[in-house]
Amino acid sequence: MTVVERREVSLVDLLDRLLAGGVVVSGDITLRIADVDLVRIDLNALISSVNEQVPSPWGELA
Amino acid sequence: MTTLRYVYAVCRPFRSALQAQLTGVAGVPPKQLTHHGLVAVVSTVPEADFGEAPLRAHLEDLDWLTVTARAHQQVIDALTAVTTPLPLRLGTVFRDDSGVRTMMEAREEDFRRVLDRLEGRVEWGVKVFVEREPAQDAEPGPPEHGAQSGRDYLRRRRMQTRAHEDVWQRATEFAGRLHEKLSAFAEDSRLHAPQSAALSGASGQNVLNAAYLVPRADSEEFVELVDREKDDAPGIRVELTGPWAAYSFTGEFAEEPEVER
Repeated sequence: MTVVERREVSLVDLLDRLLAGGVVVSGDITLRIADVDLVRIDLNALISSVNEQVPSPWGELA
Repeated sequence: MTTLRYVYAVCRPFRSALQAQLTGVAGVPPKQLTHHGLVAVVSTVPEADFGEAPLRAHLEDLDWLTVTARAHQQVIDALTAVTTPLPLRLGTVFRDDSGVRTMMEAREEDFRRVLDRLEGRVEWGVKVFVEREPAQDAEPGPPEHGAQSGRDYLRRRRMQTRAHEDVWQRATEFAGRLHEKLSAFAEDSRLHAPQSAALSGASGQNVLNAAYLVPRADSEEFVELVDREKDDAPGIRVELTGPWAAYSFTGEFAEEPEVER
């Protein structure tokens, strides 16, 4: 179906989807793991610090 | 060893078998748990790694996160080949099968509604990068001893700033037009935060990081559209990823109210 060659998916693309997308249901073990202080993950700290420096060209849309 | 249930996705029953060698987040093959005509795709995981406290700790470990995210994605990818899965957020864990069934029952209507909405659709990711010319990468250094005056330094610095602003403006305008065209073609779109170059290792600066919901049948046309657009963009790089399960379009699925536990 696709004319795109499949390369290995990059981790950032994956995390954009796995940590910010997908349905959030509370497991009965992990209550809203999605709300875990993700900022504490180095990775996310990095993402948010970058985003502060680089405002989106679409302002409130982003 | 105490075990828990890790849930990847909810979908409608599907006929084709998943690849036999498919393994999930703890290296165990995922299985299907059918309840009220819906299927949860789950695997057994050790509590020592997926209980609340260890999971929180693991999520801060980039190596663990990488392996787990890839395993999660592999299962979703396999599902996408045979059905339209509704992917759950990474790290959704239940005590046992009955916990999973209770959740499915509580959210049954939402699952059906969103599954109907997403049926036969996939997500494509499109990113736009500005390729920076080497001259603009270098910060203007301090004037070398006597080689240039403070005035030269300031002028050089102004020129660099202006050049960078031009490139940036051209790129954001290009990205804005591209996004408009692709959104008009797609059924829905979402903007993700621009990616950090330090993280992605990609060259250039990411100015658009978007996801588009496209019927599987129209995917080829969408890919061609992206290909055409990226041809007339010197200094600007367009990257396409997909097809993904519709991760970025589960937002219509209302957040559940706080339940008494």
